[in-house]
Parts: sequence; structure tokens; C-alpha cells
Amino acid sequence: MRQIDSQVLTETVEKGFIEITHLPGGDLIAALDKARQEEDSPIGKDILTQLLENARLGREEQTPICQDTGNSIVFMEIGQDVHIVGETLSDAVRRGVSQGYTKGYLRASIVGDPLERKNTRDNTPPFVHTEITSGDRIKITMMAKGSGCENMSRFKMLTPAQGRQGVVDFVVDTVLQGGGKPCPPLIVGVGIGGTFDMATYIAKKSLFRPVGEHHPEPHVKELEEELLEKINNLGLGPQGWGGRATALAVHVETYPCHIASLPVAVNIECHSHRVKTVTI
Amino acid sequence: MMNDVVKIRPPLDEKTVRSLKAGQRVLITGTIYTARDAAHKRMMELIKKNEPLPFDLKGQIIYYVGPTPAKPGQVVGSAGPTTSSRMDSYMETLYKLGLKGTIGKGNRSQEVIDLVRKYKAVHFSNIGGAGALIAKTIRKCEMIAFEDLGTEAIHRMEVENFSAIVAYDSEGNDLYKEAIKQYGR
Repeated sequence: MRQIDSQVLTETVEKGFIEITHLPGGDLIAALDKARQEEDSPIGKDILTQLLENARLGREEQTPICQDTGNSIVFMEIGQDVHIVGETLSDAVRRGVSQGYTKGYLRASIVGDPLERKNTRDNTPPFVHTEITSGDRIKITMMAKGSGCENMSRFKMLTPAQGRQGVVDFVVDTVLQGGGKPCPPLIVGVGIGGTFDMATYIAKKSLFRPVGEHHPEPHVKELEEELLEKINNLGLGPQGWGGRATALAVHVETYPCHIASLPVAVNIECHSHRVKTVTI
Repeated sequence: MMNDVVKIRPPLDEKTVRSLKAGQRVLITGTIYTARDAAHKRMMELIKKNEPLPFDLKGQIIYYVGPTPAKPGQVVGSAGPTTSSRMDSYMETLYKLGLKGTIGKGNRSQEVIDLVRKYKAVHFSNIGGAGALIAKTIRKCEMIAFEDLGTEAIHRMEVENFSAIVAYDSEGNDLYKEAIKQYGR
């Protein structure tokens, strides 16, 4: 049994959130650059140019690319041959977020109670998901997810009769209803199948793929391509000010489901897409 | 939609507001005030109790923003817009007190579009997710009220050539609707 000191988890999380908030990934930059080249609206092209300039500033000056440094989301795949010593996993991750947001001059955007709404001042608690896997390592995926886009996410229980067409209509309508609010160009995460909770879980997980990487199964890849085409025909464009680039990518994940059900979750992600995976 | 860029300076008078058209780019120089969800709620409570607001709304512009903390040597951290539509339900009260302009991201309700026309106001959008770039046009940032709200406190900002676009004008024109009409397939 391999032992990992909880302090290592804390440090990984602290460093991770500071880094992702000012250093967008190469996959995102490439997707923005491609969208800029293909954009037919002058105002859309201008916005994409400014977003690339913003990313450069973030990198060079270590300023967060977006002031909404997000919900701190942490997905962990924990090998079953790992033993964490020291603090509990939950406390270690929480402390990492607290330290990262404080030392990194990141925005505290979390209220401790959804009705009383008092800011916790250090962006805690994080939203932690764990899965047990084989091996003796821990894979930690950190995501700083803004709520402008999270707010435009939707879930619906479709009927099996509505089928694939029902899914397409619901996803495209979700993007249309969001309009300029979630900061297009978007990354659209779709979870199809499972249960009420599972559909939303896999929708969020789909956002961890490199931007634009397709699902390995051909029929799912085909659905991703069709959805992207339809979404980019809406005309919303960057920021909803008009143009082609409403979405940079659509990522679909599927899961088995009940004979009576066809759950669909759409998790909307903005262009300030901040994700990083570290294995320890 | 790529009209000439217009320079404006708050407080805005009615003549300036009426001259602005949806789709027009503007550069704002001067004083603007920040407020978002929690600060709006506080202002409504003050208005209900007939108590003074932290600043006189007449002719002013509110920027919907909650910046990241400034690092040593910085005026402000990252400071891009938040979603405007969450403040829709507060607009009539604020327009009645003389507010003329707002800045945020994304489309708003038809109710707000109608209010902008009725009260001869203007709503601007700027680029969501460009907070590092936008911060370069903010010269001063000073907290003036509701310190306990953290990033949601009201700040007075001095801006210089702060870039935005007219989203809704005093005649009821709508940048977002026009965009879909022009580019939708």
C-alpha cells in the first residue's frame, strides 16, 4: 500500500488553482485561434482577437483571465492501493483551495449558505467528486468554473420516444436560450443517459477532455459534429454580438439508462475554460 | 454594426443618451460605479427605508463587476463584466432615481429593453472573460460601501477609454436580436 501525505494533495490543489486561472491550456488557445480565423463577422473576429490578447496578458502578468475565478471543482480518481496519511482527503483539498485563492489573489465567490448568502472569503468549500480506480496513484482534475455559464446549464428528462432528435433539439435550444449570457464561444458538455444525478455528472466530466477531442464511439462523435454545426448556425457568435463561433466544441458522454428514461444534461462552459489534471 | 467609436463621459445627459445607437462602440472615460447581485439587494433595502444610497445615481453608470483582489502594485485585479440579466428586477427602481447607464454581459429581458426606452437610458455590453485586458483601462478603484460583501462591495472606478458597445438604446433597438437576424442560418 502506497502512502501519500495529505500535504501533497493540499499543495497540488493550491498550485493548480493559481496556475489555471491565469494560464489557459494550449488546446483552448488553439481552438480560439481557429475560431478567429473562421469567423465571418467582423465584430466576432475582433472579440476573438481580444480574447487571445487577454490570454496573453494573463500568462505574462499572471492576472486571472476572468474575474470569476469560479467554483473550485475537484475530480479525483483514487487508486485503491493508496493510503492517505495526515488530514482527511476532504480537509486537505479544502485547505488547498483556501490557500490557493488567498495566496493567488483569486476571487472569493462562494457563499456558505445558499439562502443566507454570506461569503466564505476563501472560495471554500470546493466541490469534490471521487472515484475509486485500480493502482496506487491519485489523478486530480481541477476546474475553476465560472457561474455565468454554469447558470445557463439545463437538465431534462426526455422520453425514449423523443430519442436522438429530442436530444439535439434540447441541446441546441439550451444554447439559444443562454444567448450571450454564458460568454460564448462555449464548450458544450452533454450527458445523455444514467439517472438524474448521473447525467449531470457525466456532462461536467465531458468538459475535462481536451477542447474539441471527440468521443471514441462513431455514433457519439457524429452527434457531437451535428450539434456543433447546428449551434454555430444560430448566429449568436462571440458574446452573442453576432457571428459563427457560438461554440468551440461539443463534448458528449453517454451512460446506460432505464427502459423508461432518457435523461439529458447540458453543462455550459464559457471560453474561460480552466482545467488541469495532475497525477501524484 | 461597426460604426465609428464614440467617446462619452459620465454623468450622462439625455442628449448624449439619445444619440447612442445599438451596435455603436463607445469609449468611456471618467467615473463609473460597481454593483452586482448583493449590492443591488442592499440598495433596495436602503431605498425601502428611505435612507441615502452610497452614491447619487443621477446620470451615472453602474458596471456589473466583482473584480479579483488587486496584487501589490495593481489598481485592480481582473475586472470583466458579469451577467446583466440577474439585475433585471431592480432596474425600474434605479431608473426612477436617475440612473442612466449600465454595463454588463449578455442579453436582458424584454422588460428591461422597454424600461431603457421609457426612461431614456442606455445599456452597454463589454466582453465577458476579458478581465485582464479590461483592467488595463481602469485607473483607480476605491471601495465606497458595503465592505462586508467582499468582491460585491460598491467601488468607484476611474476609467479611461473603457471599451463597450451599445446593446440597448433609448429607442428600443437591440444588438442581440439584430445579431441573430444577421448571422443566423
